[in-house]
Amino acid sequence: MVIEVENLSKVFGDFKAVNQISFEVGKGEIFGFLGANGAGKTTAMKMLIGISSPSSGKATVAGFDVYKNAEDIKKNIGYMSQKFALYDDLTIKENITFFGGIYGLSRSRIKEKSELLINELGLQDVAKELVGSLPLGWKQKLSFSVALLHEPKIIFLDEPTGGVDPITRRQFWELIYKAANKGITVFVTTHYMDEAEYCDRVSIMVDGKIEALDTPKKLKEQFNVDSMNDVFLKLARG
Amino acid sequence: MSIEVKHISKSFKDVNALKDISFSVKEGELFGIIGPDGAGKTTLFRILTTLLIADSGSASVSNFDVVNNYKDIRKSVGYMPGKFSLYQDLTVAENLEFFATIFGTTIEENYELIKDIYVQIEPFKNRKAGDLSGGMKQKLALSCALIHKPEVLFLDEPTTGVDPVSRKEFWEMLKRLQQKGITILVSTPYMDEAALCDRIALIQDGEILEIESPEAIVLKYPKKIYDVGASEMYLLIESLKEYTHSYSVYPFGEFVHYSDKRESFDPKELQDFLESKGLKEITIAATKATIEDTFMELAK
Repeated sequence: MVIEVENLSKVFGDFKAVNQISFEVGKGEIFGFLGANGAGKTTAMKMLIGISSPSSGKATVAGFDVYKNAEDIKKNIGYMSQKFALYDDLTIKENITFFGGIYGLSRSRIKEKSELLINELGLQDVAKELVGSLPLGWKQKLSFSVALLHEPKIIFLDEPTGGVDPITRRQFWELIYKAANKGITVFVTTHYMDEAEYCDRVSIMVDGKIEALDTPKKLKEQFNVDSMNDVFLKLARG
Repeated sequence: MSIEVKHISKSFKDVNALKDISFSVKEGELFGIIGPDGAGKTTLFRILTTLLIADSGSASVSNFDVVNNYKDIRKSVGYMPGKFSLYQDLTVAENLEFFATIFGTTIEENYELIKDIYVQIEPFKNRKAGDLSGGMKQKLALSCALIHKPEVLFLDEPTTGVDPVSRKEFWEMLKRLQQKGITILVSTPYMDEAALCDRIALIQDGEILEIESPEAIVLKYPKKIYDVGASEMYLLIESLKEYTHSYSVYPFGEFVHYSDKRESFDPKELQDFLESKGLKEITIAATKATIEDTFMELAK
């Protein structure tokens, strides 16, 4: 298992933001992490990526313990948030070189990776343009590819497609499938319920707890509805 | 007409944010501006709420011209910007009081209009607006935009980043406001919300692609659409794209929406092709185009 979580909790004062959640995610799996605003998704994700220490419980990510080896976790995962994280006033090529350097790749490796990435995304003509001038959808695809530069075992995506046009949203998901096909584990949050259907398995958090976890097909059967949207509405509305 | 927009264009440096936009919204209508980030939605809202002046074209709201009669417009419309713009360091009650006073009215006078929204945040009325959750901020912002009983309500992406449950509740609130006779112009990047409007304008790159009712817009899709399913999603998408006769291939939930270039399409032939690719549990069934299918077709 690439992610193992057992009774993981995070408490702020008397507020249980994350309340004893347990789950496992396998290699190459696309795992959807859903929940209403305020359900505790972001808090849980912060613990898994090693930037917030849990109050109690156990978790390992890529084989590393979230308490003891948080720095090793950071080196072995990719992360992309809904807020765009590349530098607007650097060019596409400069951003790739910069993040490659941050991840500790050698110069020759950066050069090689950079050409590969630009070709794959079809960005040859704009490689020397400032990232700030790109449409949002392109930025998000670029941001995803940059988060994979150091060939992590897992990529965490926090609402990667918010506000993106429908065509680019689908191209983005094709990138996700491609990564998963290569054996990279994808951990993704989204508010688009059709995207929940694209996941291998989906968990739904309500008030700090995981209230449902299964394949989209089985969740729909369990709740006797036709879509993940209805599953979500049934669960989160109680 | 409640809102009339004629040939509006607006550029920022070398970006043409709006290109010759025209449409009109009837009194009491719930009209949706549907498009992704960067389509020009916010620029359009800022022009109609008199915060920005267009380069060319004209527009009126409640029969007031957006340039010459901007003061009258400001009195008679409510505007909820996409970015939370209330006073973070005033409490919930103070914010509402402030907006009521600015517009020369009182909370009591128009309480009926905001009641079913405001009761949900009233338990927190002494909390600072900056400390509210996203959903509560949204309800407070809507209450403040309504407190002077506007004739027209402008809502710029009120549900962006909001979970499906809160989105559904928000739209139920909008429907109730519409029944009270308020004209509503609302923008959203979520295509599923478009179905809840009376009419919608699909917008991309500063241009309107189509204006129609949600029911009529899906009829504009020129092809027959099929739901194709199989055991392996990625292989299925790749295979369908490779198929010589494919016209469009887009994942839609658990299926892929597929349309064929030819008039006469035989599902059996596609089934055989997909089997030759090693796919299993193949299903092919006719389905209806959605607003998203239509948007993607028009945006091509």
